[in-house]
Amino acid sequence: MMVQLVYLGRLSDVSGQMTEDCELPDHVGDTSGLRVWLDRRFRSDGAFTHATVRIALDGEIVADPYPLRGAREIALMPPVGGG
Amino acid sequence: MIEVSDTPIDASAALCAIQAEAVGAGAIVSFTGLVRQHSISGHVETLHLQAYGTMTVKGIEAAAARAKARWPLNALHVRHRVGDMSAGETIVFVAAASAHRRAAFEAADFMMDYLKTEAIFWKKEVTPNGEKWIEPRDEDYRDRARWTVEAE
Repeated sequence: MMVQLVYLGRLSDVSGQMTEDCELPDHVGDTSGLRVWLDRRFRSDGAFTHATVRIALDGEIVADPYPLRGAREIALMPPVGGG
Repeated sequence: MIEVSDTPIDASAALCAIQAEAVGAGAIVSFTGLVRQHSISGHVETLHLQAYGTMTVKGIEAAAARAKARWPLNALHVRHRVGDMSAGETIVFVAAASAHRRAAFEAADFMMDYLKTEAIFWKKEVTPNGEKWIEPRDEDYRDRARWTVEAE
């Protein structure tokens, strides 16, 4: 499944980019699986699995585990820092 | 009027713009937030602010709708910078217009508390000692809690 991943805040430093067009492996079917996969991929020691990191699918925040099917843009959102 | 942009904010022009729109208002309260030169991390060379497109704008619009439901406002403007900024630059401009001063003061204050704690922004300070992502201060959350007493 082809999606655009959006890495926000410190996660943009962890992944080295803000957006990435990415073909998700078949075994990554929900938000919980995505967190684990990204964490391994970037060897980020829990940066993506931490409970304070929220996930938005096409602009809507969802609760884990939420199916990724049909999502086009997936945002990984650490706690907001305020303006 | 809600605007999130990487172009510099001209606070004087922004104040003129709301005054032109707020026909019949008796009071306009505006707040201009500037990038501080010093923080707990030290001397700030650059402040980097990230937003997440429409989610950030929608969140501010929802907060503005709550403010308009709570206070009788003729106009409410929010302009927020994103991208890289230096000390002294305007990072945020909020202005509320109403028939009387109290509503205008309170609505502007309410919007600033929303922007400091809940708005969808990520902030990084670049200092001579390195870079650091910043989270809201406890004080910012306490300020925001002032508005939750009444039904909202």
